[in-house]
Amino acid sequence: MSDASATGGSPVLRMESVRKAFGGTVVLRDVDLEVAPHTVTALIGASGSGKSTLLRCANLLEDIDDGAIWLDGEEITDPRVDQDVVRRRVGVVFQAYNLFPHMTVLQNITLAPRRVHGVPRAEAEARARDLLERLGLGDRHDAYPDRLSGGQQQRVAIVRALAVRPRLLLLDEITAALDPELVGEVLAVVRDLKDDGMTMVLATHEMGFARDVADQVCFLDGGVVLERGTAEQVFGEPQQERTRRFLRRIVEAGRL
Amino acid sequence: MTVAKDESGQEGKHTGGKDDIPHGGADGYVPSQRRLERERHRRARARRATAIAALSTLVTGVVLYLIVVNAPGWPRTKETFFSGGYAREALPKVLEGLWLNVRLLLVCGAAVLVLGMLIAVARTLRGPVFFPLRVLAAAYTDFFRGLPLIINLMIVVLGVPALRLQGVTVDPVLLGGTALTLTYSAYVAEVFRAGIESVHPSQRAAARSLGLTNRQTLRHVVLPQAVRRQVPPLLNDLVSLQKDTGLVSIGGAVDAVRAADIIVGRSLNYTPYIVAGLVFVALTIPMTRFTDWVTARMDRQRAQGGSI
Repeated sequence: MSDASATGGSPVLRMESVRKAFGGTVVLRDVDLEVAPHTVTALIGASGSGKSTLLRCANLLEDIDDGAIWLDGEEITDPRVDQDVVRRRVGVVFQAYNLFPHMTVLQNITLAPRRVHGVPRAEAEARARDLLERLGLGDRHDAYPDRLSGGQQQRVAIVRALAVRPRLLLLDEITAALDPELVGEVLAVVRDLKDDGMTMVLATHEMGFARDVADQVCFLDGGVVLERGTAEQVFGEPQQERTRRFLRRIVEAGRL
Repeated sequence: MTVAKDESGQEGKHTGGKDDIPHGGADGYVPSQRRLERERHRRARARRATAIAALSTLVTGVVLYLIVVNAPGWPRTKETFFSGGYAREALPKVLEGLWLNVRLLLVCGAAVLVLGMLIAVARTLRGPVFFPLRVLAAAYTDFFRGLPLIINLMIVVLGVPALRLQGVTVDPVLLGGTALTLTYSAYVAEVFRAGIESVHPSQRAAARSLGLTNRQTLRHVVLPQAVRRQVPPLLNDLVSLQKDTGLVSIGGAVDAVRAADIIVGRSLNYTPYIVAGLVFVALTIPMTRFTDWVTARMDRQRAQGGSI
């Protein structure tokens, strides 16, 4: 989108002092986060640092223990808020795709527009075909998910999330389950979405990609955002010792 | 040795090659000598296996036959249980009675599927409003799964008429069908519930994240997958129901078992029971085979697709 001025607008997603524990394990201790419109935020950090939990909380798939979350200025962690209505405005793409195996690609994509948003079938299907075409899946709409490659499944999952025209897209390690040669096709889609102005938060282990595409990079460690900044800042001159150690390990593993 | 093989291989290619090359497709593939040799070996092994199986079956059959026929009580047993005359007399009556069993199966089977699904869904409902419903559904399945069917039948078929209630049927068929439905709904509800719980939580998460409500998630995402997965155990329960329809005879309804019973009571010859038993087996075999076929087909699909 061309209105670059909107980047400075009020945040699409804001988290303040968010705490979340599972039993005795505190996953998010005190998380603050702001995501401006039409920007991409990358969450990086070791496995178990709380990246996925943060995303699940932002979509109310998990109830937070303390703190608050705002979506477009509305506090969504208020218990009086209708969670179903909130979720309609946020799209999620999961690591394991989570496509519905008993539905065709087209049915997967049109389910929510038709059942939740009341879009007529023909219209929902037309939009689905259009999106599939754009993501290079134009010929696969009648296939069942288990007939698709991992990369194709993940692209269908992205289309499914986009079909409801979400305000915010959450991507949870969407390439982690893919073979290396399929990662590229999925990341290319994310790049296109960024160019279209979609606001996204992505948890990722693809540091090169995060560096490439993210406007804001957040390093999660010990249940807090330990370091945040532009990609150049966090990857180029990290301020925290733990960030430096994490990045060094990534470099040694050949992933940056 | 290798030399000899190679030579025979060249020969094989030239002579028999044209007709029986498997998959000799457009890419000009010609099976190697190695493959032909392997296939010859497999065929020989299969022939040997078939021969051994046939021989073994024959020997077992003969031994069993000799044991039974040489038992001291065999002549008498043969007369009481395997009398051709009584069998001919009983068969038409038993088949007439069987029609009742078939009707019971169809009606009760449909009722059981509907009721079982309702109970299973009731147990998964969330929210405080549904608390009594959840408790009732749980108590129902606990009770009727534990209660022996025969006792359930006696209570309903003999107990209800004894109440002499106005407007309540005393028809043993209707009451027997009710008792069967009560017990089998509890079993089938548990099958459905297991199916619902077997759907991975990530499916629910995906549906909810798309904005679907709890009810829409159940209706469009969870139940279709649950039912599909539970088809084999459901068919298994239906086979079982089919045979248990014979128990309504305890209330006096003239089904296949009761029809046999009547003749036995008159003649003191047990052949009609054997006839009734065989008729039931004959009725359940197609259903069992169908169940096997569906199960195998689903296993194959799963193996190919790798379900999520």
